[in-house]
Amino acid sequence: MAEHAATEESSQPERFVLRLYIAGQTPKCVRAFTNLKRICEEHLAERYRIEIIDLLENPQLARGDQILAVPTLVRQLPEPVKKIIGDLSNTERVLVGLDLRRG
Amino acid sequence: MSDWMADSAPSLKKAPSGIAGLDEITGGGLPVGRPTLICGGPGSGKTLLGLSFLVHGARDCDEPGVLVSFEESAEDLAADVASLGFDLAGLIAQRKLFVDHVHIDRAEIEETGDYDLEGLFVRLDHAIRSVGARRVMLDTIESLFGGLANESILRAELRRLLRWLKDRQLTTVITGERGNKSLTRQGLEEYVSDAVILLDHRVREEISTRRLRIVKYRGSFHGTNEYPFLIHRNGLSVLPVTSLRLEHAAPTERVSSGVAAIDAMLGGQGFYRGSTVLLSGTAGTGKTSFAAAFAEAACRRGERCLYFLLEESPQQMMRNMRSIGIDLEQWTRRGLLHLHAERPSRFGLEAHLAAMYQAIEELSPETVVVDSLTDLLSLGAEGQVHGMLVRLIDYLKTRAATVLFSSLSTGEIAVQETRAVVSSLMDAWILLTLRNVRGARSRQLTVLKARGLPHSSRVCDFTLTERGFQITAPRG
Repeated sequence: MAEHAATEESSQPERFVLRLYIAGQTPKCVRAFTNLKRICEEHLAERYRIEIIDLLENPQLARGDQILAVPTLVRQLPEPVKKIIGDLSNTERVLVGLDLRRG
Repeated sequence: MSDWMADSAPSLKKAPSGIAGLDEITGGGLPVGRPTLICGGPGSGKTLLGLSFLVHGARDCDEPGVLVSFEESAEDLAADVASLGFDLAGLIAQRKLFVDHVHIDRAEIEETGDYDLEGLFVRLDHAIRSVGARRVMLDTIESLFGGLANESILRAELRRLLRWLKDRQLTTVITGERGNKSLTRQGLEEYVSDAVILLDHRVREEISTRRLRIVKYRGSFHGTNEYPFLIHRNGLSVLPVTSLRLEHAAPTERVSSGVAAIDAMLGGQGFYRGSTVLLSGTAGTGKTSFAAAFAEAACRRGERCLYFLLEESPQQMMRNMRSIGIDLEQWTRRGLLHLHAERPSRFGLEAHLAAMYQAIEELSPETVVVDSLTDLLSLGAEGQVHGMLVRLIDYLKTRAATVLFSSLSTGEIAVQETRAVVSSLMDAWILLTLRNVRGARSRQLTVLKARGLPHSSRVCDFTLTERGFQITAPRG
């Protein structure tokens, strides 16, 4: 944890690969994306990538990635993999979940 | 009572479980297109019951199945049920079964804001489509409560899931852990209102018994008792009284008792084939000798005879019988006589009966000897054993086997007890007694009862010699 906190100040910050699982353009999913985009711009500017996976289009991915709740945000990188479920409306909790802030 | 099977509403279709006995007490199986809740404590057999239903559908009924397992992985499950003869991997390969293991760990998940369980719906829908499923099993959906924190979302989604399954006309089994105050810990019975089956695994006085009860079955008549059920090598079976209508065939053929003098007392030809005979007597009156003669007579007729020995080893019994001129070894060598020896104390009643049913299934004997019934009776509380005994006798009757039960009595009082417990189940009853006559002990034989047969009410004296039973003096 301390290491991650330190990287925020370091000169070569880690890149974040974030995957957002949605099931169609439901209000919850749209809200989650908007919240995620805002949080990333504020805290991870220039060093993040967001992939959106719509389970209605790729249902088999739900099983492979053990997705149950929608929306689910998965932090693919940096490791370890982390999951945050919900519409990401509580910024504090999202930052804790992404290890960008200590819980 | 006798007509409840026929009385089930014709509109309610049933999906057979393939579990011997369960389909009888439910009048055909679980309700088609509706959910059934199976609840019970840990180790009560919930998962096995659900899997039996799923496998039977996929393998035998052209109804592919989906298992969503919240606890065990597909590999672990396959290993668990391989011993029951279920080939999960084979069914998966043939696309008759789809297993999705839902792994959920609260420690790995952060929750923030509103969500739903659409991911689960997507997975279920994908699984159902990939095999064309008609049956679904959710085992155990309550695990969600341990994995996700927001209970109100969970409950709303659970309700939506069950409606979703019903809308798709899927026959679903949902397992649930037994709760203290309610049927299930999370009150799943609130969502599943169509059918509820309760399983119970009790160990009392070191005797293990499993029981099954249909708590609820909307729109259908069903047996309401607690039925013992067994888990054995061929899967599960519930033991209902199959002869609710007492409609066994009644053969008129007669079979020898193995003792000419007794045949004579029974109108000359012995017992009816398929009848149940009780042979009771005090210690040392020759019950096992009589039972051996009975078994030998069956083998002489070329019948397969299954002899349950609960007191002696086969070697000891065969040695003793040789001394009265009965050579049982020749029949075991020819494969007609099967001696099945098991100490009653080794197993509980359930395991013991399971072993007996298994042996009967495998051999399909025309003649069965249980030596002795007293040992079986010692395995459980009276009512419990009585129920089991009714079912065993009933089962043997449907197979038209001629059965002899030996029973140890300790005098007139014991005879009274035996009368109360088992007499009504028996077609014939022979009593052996010892008497002191002028300082010498003399053995006596009486036919107390023989349904449908003219029988002598005489008391006969007999001896056991190296040539077998010798009737010495027919008495008044």
